[in-house]
Amino acid sequence: MQVSMTVNGQQRTDEVEPRMLLAHHLRDNLGLTATNIGCDSTSCGACTVIVDGLTVKSCTVLALQAEGSEVTTLEGLSTDGELHPVQAAFRSEHGLQCGFCTSGMVMAAVGVLADNPNPTDREVREGLEGNLCRCTGYHNIVQAVLKAAESGPAAGQVPSSKQEVSA
Amino acid sequence: MSILGTRVVRTEDPLFLTRGAVYTDDLTDERLTGALHATFVRSTVAHGTVTEVDASAAREAPGVVAVYTAEDLGDLQPVPPPLPFLDAGFSRPWLVPVGGRVHFVGDLVAVVLTEERYQGEDAAEAVVVDVDPLPAVVGTAAAATDETVLFPEVGTNKVAAFGEPAPDDFFADCEVVVTRAIANQRVAAAPLETRAASAAWGEDGRVTIWCTNQGAQQAKGQIAGWLGLDAEKVHLITPDVGGGFGAKIGADQEYAFVAWLAQQAGRPVRWTESRSENMTGMLQGRAQDQVITIGGDRDGTVKAYSLVVQQDCGAYPRIGTVLPTLTMLMAAAVYDIPKVHAQATCYATNGTSIGAYRGAGRPEATAAAERAMDLFAAEIGMDPADVRRKNFIPAFTEPFTTASGATYDSGDYTAALDRVLEAAGYADLRAEQARRRERGDARQLGIGISAYVEITGADSGHGTSENAELEVHPDGTATVLTGTSPHGQGHATTWAMLASEQLGIPVEKITVLHGDTDRIPDGGGTMGSRSLQQGGAAVHQAAVELVEVARKRAAELLEANPDDLEVDLANAGLSVKGTPGTGITWAQLAADEQLIVQTTFTANAPTFPFGAHVAVVETDVESGKAVVTRLVTVDDAGTIINPLLAEGQRHGGIAQGVGQALLEEILYDEDGNPQTSTFADYPFVSATELPSFELVEMATPTPMNPLGAKGIGEAGTIGSTPAVQSAVVDSVAHLGVRHVDMPATSMRVWKAIREAQKGSTN
Repeated sequence: MQVSMTVNGQQRTDEVEPRMLLAHHLRDNLGLTATNIGCDSTSCGACTVIVDGLTVKSCTVLALQAEGSEVTTLEGLSTDGELHPVQAAFRSEHGLQCGFCTSGMVMAAVGVLADNPNPTDREVREGLEGNLCRCTGYHNIVQAVLKAAESGPAAGQVPSSKQEVSA
Repeated sequence: MSILGTRVVRTEDPLFLTRGAVYTDDLTDERLTGALHATFVRSTVAHGTVTEVDASAAREAPGVVAVYTAEDLGDLQPVPPPLPFLDAGFSRPWLVPVGGRVHFVGDLVAVVLTEERYQGEDAAEAVVVDVDPLPAVVGTAAAATDETVLFPEVGTNKVAAFGEPAPDDFFADCEVVVTRAIANQRVAAAPLETRAASAAWGEDGRVTIWCTNQGAQQAKGQIAGWLGLDAEKVHLITPDVGGGFGAKIGADQEYAFVAWLAQQAGRPVRWTESRSENMTGMLQGRAQDQVITIGGDRDGTVKAYSLVVQQDCGAYPRIGTVLPTLTMLMAAAVYDIPKVHAQATCYATNGTSIGAYRGAGRPEATAAAERAMDLFAAEIGMDPADVRRKNFIPAFTEPFTTASGATYDSGDYTAALDRVLEAAGYADLRAEQARRRERGDARQLGIGISAYVEITGADSGHGTSENAELEVHPDGTATVLTGTSPHGQGHATTWAMLASEQLGIPVEKITVLHGDTDRIPDGGGTMGSRSLQQGGAAVHQAAVELVEVARKRAAELLEANPDDLEVDLANAGLSVKGTPGTGITWAQLAADEQLIVQTTFTANAPTFPFGAHVAVVETDVESGKAVVTRLVTVDDAGTIINPLLAEGQRHGGIAQGVGQALLEEILYDEDGNPQTSTFADYPFVSATELPSFELVEMATPTPMNPLGAKGIGEAGTIGSTPAVQSAVVDSVAHLGVRHVDMPATSMRVWKAIREAQKGSTN
């Protein structure tokens, strides 16, 4: 079947199997491999992307369900070579090690900050509960999100989206 | 100013944060164009005889190119256990044949090759496998009876035994003796990236294998051996690796299988496992049942300690079989105990094979010793901190050999404990605990202490050596080749810092390459917290040697005495002493003639990082739920090169320790069926279950390498696991509880309270 969506600001139309997951569509058909798949039970959040302003786990959405949607992945977060505030904070605070959870964690963090621009340590932790990391112990991820919050509203926005972002 | 010891952010990160790292499943290498997808058919029965494998329907399924069963393996020979002293009867078949036995849920029975990924799952489901079940052997107690023997040709489930029983009078001179059976449960390493491999054969008759692994060189050797290939025919590459934690040490049979399948099919082949496949197929960790016995006098002096280990090796014994020897070596821990006894017996069971997991044998030693100290302290009514202080090995700067035979390089355990207790506000915590106990609060406070020492940089197959190659290019950039294998540790940044320190070349201009056996034929990989102290030291040595090579050449070119030339870091080259900027740069020398050094650094011996942790928990005594509210740690790993990354290693380790202490356990039912084979079932520790950590600095340099560095990768786990467990026990100690096994779940804590209140001391 044919599916059309806007991915990182670009219109994409492809043939997909009806059962194809959005995560596989992004990775295998569109070559956007920053989005990772770490589990098969919607538990780890490595595949988190933003669809029409909402953070979603792309392993739990069919590509066809994103028909007509606006999708932002990690690759679409920075603009003109400048890191998004959340990306920049993950770097400065050493919020990533092996990097596998990072794409989903960054996208989820954008959603957390969209809903709560000035979160506490505990609120960040609650907000990221659906995203697992085995390397960092979450300490520096939390620090990175708190740091990104200092950048103001931009930390909770995505460049290509017309919609308001929410977790 | 030296760059060493500063918080340099990672050079890896801009790509990781914008395009994403490139893991094995992400590869777009043109050699993999048109690759088939491999999907394994695995046993869903833990133990039994295969009576039928019917692949006929699968062969007709859409997209199927081939299905292989045991009949199609040609001259592939079963893979022997990885240790020469193990009985060859424990060998693992590539695919279990009809008439053969499956030994765990996840054992390989068939494999399908399909054009597309999803077709593989469909076709694999169409392979009919019938198994006549046999009783399953779950855990070491069942294995030890030999009522059911997994490998009849071996005749026993006993895989190996180390050490002798303690003499009968071992505790005869002790006023107090406490003994207890405790569990160091089976856990999943659970790197976020599951296993994956790809393979493509070239027209030159060589195969390129990409796989997610902690040491390309070791994996290459194993795969070549298993497939009967000349090692020179194998080119193995480890792309970016999404975590390992020990479970990606050594090749897995599936990786070699992918190479074999690519040869059979005459097309490249890719394989990426699902998480549920990973949770039964990937090496797991710990899985020790222990009996600890501690004896001493009522003044707090410990006189004798015994640790008896039953190691669950899983179905096909692998490296987990020898990890108890590390547990035994480290049994004395940080204590100057006159008599220490350690012994281990290893058994095959119908579970997933056991391998290394962050700490690999040492967390088990520390957990045992720290539980023993707490039990002894409780028995004689002494503060656990005081009991530890009374028995610590005094501060030492010359090597100290323990009663369990380890020779530690340097340590000051009293200082580490004092520092962490002060940072935690120990006295205030005890006072708050007393208030809550007096009030009978529902939420009680628990304070857990651990003191640890561990061994890092031990021989894990590559001696205590590592290689480095350093080349400066005419454009002023440099390339480092290393035999270590980073998968999150940030070697690209830290190794560049070490070269930059000697050469003055900015970190951003230094590229670090690893994990390609054509470019780096020899290397020990990243495991056992060896990388900085051996691989980093090799990079440092290469840079020092490169300066000397350059000095000789520059002296000739400048017609100067080599001794009159000094390194001019600001100009990335050499200058005549006292006149910076007047000399010649590395880049100019490289333009004249290739400027390259290859070197090997060999450490005299392993190193022994140490530390002390304090965990604070709040336990709801009505539900048994314990929540970690604070974790304060001293982790002394010698000289720190990049504090930002060293802290990251500590954070990750601490969290995994909390996971084991409170939440995580791989469980099987009585038939050997995994109960925790997805992330929905396995309680992987999340952000909400952890506090932010309080790290306290302490750095005692080691003389074993020129950097003064010890290992840091595993320390956090080794320290935090027993601290958290102790804190949970401590939170309900006033109710009569002396011990709660890990994971200290709400149910376990609740039951322990109920048992204690019935009058039987738990």
